[in-house]
Amino acid sequence: MPALPLGDAGKYVAMAYIVLLALLAIYIGIMARKIARAEHRMSELDELLRERQR
Amino acid sequence: MRRVSLPAVTAVALLVAYSMVFFSAPIEEDQGFVQKIFYLHVPLAIVTLCGFIAGAVMAGMYLCSGNREWDARSYVAVHISLILGVGGLITGSIWAKASWGHWWVWQEPTLVSYLIILLLFCCYQPLRFAIEDPERQARYAAVFALTGGAFIPVNFIAVRMAAAYTHPRVFQVTGAQLPLSMGITFVAALAAIALLFATMFRFELRAKALRRRVRALERVASDQLDEIRAPRREPAPAGDGAPGVPRPAAPIAIRS
Repeated sequence: MPALPLGDAGKYVAMAYIVLLALLAIYIGIMARKIARAEHRMSELDELLRERQR
Repeated sequence: MRRVSLPAVTAVALLVAYSMVFFSAPIEEDQGFVQKIFYLHVPLAIVTLCGFIAGAVMAGMYLCSGNREWDARSYVAVHISLILGVGGLITGSIWAKASWGHWWVWQEPTLVSYLIILLLFCCYQPLRFAIEDPERQARYAAVFALTGGAFIPVNFIAVRMAAAYTHPRVFQVTGAQLPLSMGITFVAALAAIALLFATMFRFELRAKALRRRVRALERVASDQLDEIRAPRREPAPAGDGAPGVPRPAAPIAIRS
C-alpha cells in the first residue's frame, strides 16, 4: 500500500477531492432545506384543512 | 426479491472506486501522486457532458410529446450536470496548477471549450426563470437545451481537430493509453460518478414532485376555504362596511 505523500502533490490532490465533497455537501444541504420546508408546509396545510372541516 | 436502493449502491461504488484509486492503482511515473486527480476530474467532465446531452434528448422528448415530465427531467439533468461541471472545472484547474504550474491556460482548446459549454448552460436557468408563462418557459428552455446539447459533439470534434494542445489525449480511437490496472480503476471511478449523477437526478426529481404536490394542495386548500367561507354571512363590525356583506376570505399565503 503506497504511503500518502502529503507534500506538494498531496496538497493538490486533497484540495481536488475536498472541492467535490464540499460541492456535494452544499447541494445536499440546499436540497434538504427545500424538502424540509415543503414537508413543513404540507403538515401546516393538513392541519389547517382538518381544523376547517371540524 | 428485495430492491437494492440506488443511494446505497452509489455510496458503495464511490467507496470501492476511490479506495482503488488510492490503494491499488499504481502511481504514474511522469506526474507522480498528482495524477490521482485524473480519476476525479475526467469522470466528472465525461458525466457532465453526457448529462447535458441527456438533458437535450429529454428536452427533445418534451418538444415531441408535450409531456411536462420530460421538461422536469431535462431541467434536472442540466442542473446536476452544471453542479458536476463546476466540480470538473475546479478539479481540472487544481490539476493544471499542480502539473503545468498555471491555474488556467487560455491557449488550451480543451479547457476553453469546456468553459464555453459550461457558461452556455449557465444561461439556461436565468433564461428559464425570466419567462413567467409555464408553457413558454418549458418550450424556450427545451429549445435552448437542445441547441446546447447539439453543440457538445460539434465542439468535441473541433477540439480534437485542433493541432496544438498541451492537454493529454488519454483516450484515442485505437484505445485507451493506460495500463490495465489504471484503466480498471478509471472505469470504476467513471461508473461511480455516473451513479452519483443518477442518484442526484432521482433525488431532485422527487423533491420537485413533492414541491409540486404542495403547490397543488395549497390551491385545493385555498379553493376549499373559499367554499367554506362563501355561504357564511357574518355581520361586519361597526363602522366596517354594510351589514350582511361577507367578509373577504383571508387568503392562504402561497409560497413559491
